[in-house]
Amino acid sequence: MTTPLLQVRGLTTRFRTERGTVKAVDNVSFDVAPGETLAIVGESGSGKSVTALSLLRLIPNPPGVIESGEILFEGKDLTKISDAEMRAIRGNRIAMIFQEPMSSLNPVLTVGMQIAEPINVHRGTPWSKAMEAAKALLEKVRIPDAAKRLDTFPHQYSGGMRQRAMIAMALACKPRLIIADEPTTALDVTVQAQILDLLKELTRETQASLILITHDLGVVARYADQVAVMYGGRIVEQAAARDLYKNPRHPYTRGLLSSVPRLDGDTSKRLVPIEGQPPDLSRLPAGCSFAPRCKQASSECLKQQPALRERAPNHLSACILDAIQ
Amino acid sequence: MGAATLTIAVPHDEPPRKRGFMTRLFRDKPLGAMGGLVLVFMVLCALFADVLAPYGQNQVSMLERLQAPSWQHWFGTDNLGRDVLSRCLYGARLSVIIGCSAAAIATLISVTVGIVSGYLGGRADMITQRFVDAWMSFPDLVILIVVVSVLGPGMPQTIGTLGLLLGIAGSRIIRSAVVSVRENMYVHAAQSLGASSLHILWKHILPNVLPPIIVLFTTRVGTVILAESGLAFLGLGVPPPAPTWGGMLSGSGRTFMFQGPWLALAPGLCLTMLVYSTNVFGDALRDLLDPRMRGSR
Repeated sequence: MTTPLLQVRGLTTRFRTERGTVKAVDNVSFDVAPGETLAIVGESGSGKSVTALSLLRLIPNPPGVIESGEILFEGKDLTKISDAEMRAIRGNRIAMIFQEPMSSLNPVLTVGMQIAEPINVHRGTPWSKAMEAAKALLEKVRIPDAAKRLDTFPHQYSGGMRQRAMIAMALACKPRLIIADEPTTALDVTVQAQILDLLKELTRETQASLILITHDLGVVARYADQVAVMYGGRIVEQAAARDLYKNPRHPYTRGLLSSVPRLDGDTSKRLVPIEGQPPDLSRLPAGCSFAPRCKQASSECLKQQPALRERAPNHLSACILDAIQ
Repeated sequence: MGAATLTIAVPHDEPPRKRGFMTRLFRDKPLGAMGGLVLVFMVLCALFADVLAPYGQNQVSMLERLQAPSWQHWFGTDNLGRDVLSRCLYGARLSVIIGCSAAAIATLISVTVGIVSGYLGGRADMITQRFVDAWMSFPDLVILIVVVSVLGPGMPQTIGTLGLLLGIAGSRIIRSAVVSVRENMYVHAAQSLGASSLHILWKHILPNVLPPIIVLFTTRVGTVILAESGLAFLGLGVPPPAPTWGGMLSGSGRTFMFQGPWLALAPGLCLTMLVYSTNVFGDALRDLLDPRMRGSR
C-alpha cells in the first residue's frame, strides 16, 4: 500500500454561535491516496463543506475554529504550520473549486488575469509568461478560441465555461490535491457530466488526488474510488464506492440509496424518502445522531454514540445494529 | 414557381473590438465627455489665470463700481470696481485647488479607513466604527471653527480639516461596499489560491468598490467648495481679499444682490458648472470602468 497523500485524523471544527457552540465537523478521519478520488457525501448541513474548508484552514475565525485533529499533507501537519506556509500551499499544492462558478470569478478582472494570478503569486512567473500559461490552461479545459477568451470578462462566459475557467485556475500550479466543493450544483445536467468528466480526466493526467464533495449519489457512483458518507458532522460510513453501492451497511446510506430512482430497477415502485429533518447541530442527541429518523432505531441507539468501526474488510460503519447483524 | 432566393442573415460573432478609452468616452458617454472637457477647461483657467485675466484680481477702480456686464468687463464689476471675470478666474485657482485636494484627501481617508475596517471586520471594525460614530456626532462646523481658531484661517488648514471631516464621514459608505464585496465567492476563491490579504485588498476588493469611490469623490468636490464658501462667510475660510467663489458669492454677491445680480451669478454659475461637470464626468467614468457595463449596448 502506498503512503496516503493526505491523512486526516480526528478533525473537529466548532463554530461559536448565539445558541452555543456547534460542532460542524466532529472527529472526522480519512485518507486520500495519490491519484485517488474520495467522495464526501451528505445532505445540507452535514459538515462536508466545512470539512473541505478546514483542510485549507479557510474557516472564518471567529466564529469558527479547528479545535483538534491532524491534517497531514506531504509530511506536514496543516493545523500547525504558519499562515505564510499555509498560503504557500493553498492554490499551489492543494487547490479548491467552489460550487458557484457565477460568483467565484472576480467580475472586474479578465478571466486570463485570474487564471494567471496563482501562477504569478506562487511561482513568481512574470505576467506575460503567466498569461501564456493561462492560455494553455484554457485550451486544456477545452474552451474554444482560448486566445481571445483570455481577454474577456466573466460575465461574457456561460456557467459551464466559468466552471471550466475555475478548473483552469485550480490546475494552474499543478496541485497534488484538488478539493471540489459541489462543483456542478449550479450547472445544467448535461454540462455537469462534461465538467466532471473533464475534472476526472485532468486529475488522472496529472496524477492528482481529488476530494469530491457532493450530495449527488449518481456523481459518486461514476467518479469516486472511495466514499465517505457524512451525517450530523460525523462520518457514518466509509468504503470503496463499489462496495458501498452493493452493500450499504449504515441505515442512513441505505436510506439515501433507496431515495434515488434507479433506471435498472423497478421504476413503478415509489421512492422511499428519509423521514424527518437533518439534525440541529447545536442540539445533537446523546446517542446516534441519525436515530430519531432511523426506522430500525432501538432504545440502545439513543444511549451512546456509535463508533466508526471496520465491519467488513475496508468497510467502516457507525451503527451498533451493524455489529449485531 | 420561380426559384425563391432565401437570404439568411448569419450572425457572425465578432469579438468585442478593443476601443481606446477616449473613443469609448466620447462615443458612449457624450455628456460625461463634455463634463470632462469643462473640467479640463476650468483647471486650465485656474492654472493660467495670470495670463487670461484681463485685470488684476485686486485691481480696484472706484470709478467703475457695480458696472453691469459689458465688453470691457464681461462679468461686470463689483462694489470696489474690481473686474468679476478676473476674480472668477483667480478664484478658480483657489476653489479648484481646495475642492479637488480636499476631496482627494477625503476620499483617500474614506477608502483607507473603510477598506481596512470593512475587510478586517470583527473587533477592529467595531472599534473603528464606534470612533467614526463619535466623530460624526460632532457638528462639522464646530470642529471647523475649533481648528481654524487654533491654527488661524488659511488654505492648508481649510483643506486639511475639510478633508479629514468628510473623509471620516465617507468611510461608512466605503465600508458598507467592502462588507458586501468581501462575502463574494471570488474573495474566498482568491484565499483558497493562496493570495495574501494585501493582494486580495488591492486586486479583488478595491476594483470592485471603485464605483462608490468615484461617486464619493465627485460629490465631495462640490461639497468642499460649498463648505469653503460657508467658512469664508463666517470669516474662517481663506481670508479676503483673496478671491474664492464661495467668498464672492457670500460676500459682495449677497450684499449687492439687487444692485448687481451679476456679482452672485458669475461665481454661482462657475460653481454650478464645476460641480455638475465633475458629477457627470464621474458618472461616465464609473460606467466605463465597470466591465459589466461594457458591451451592454
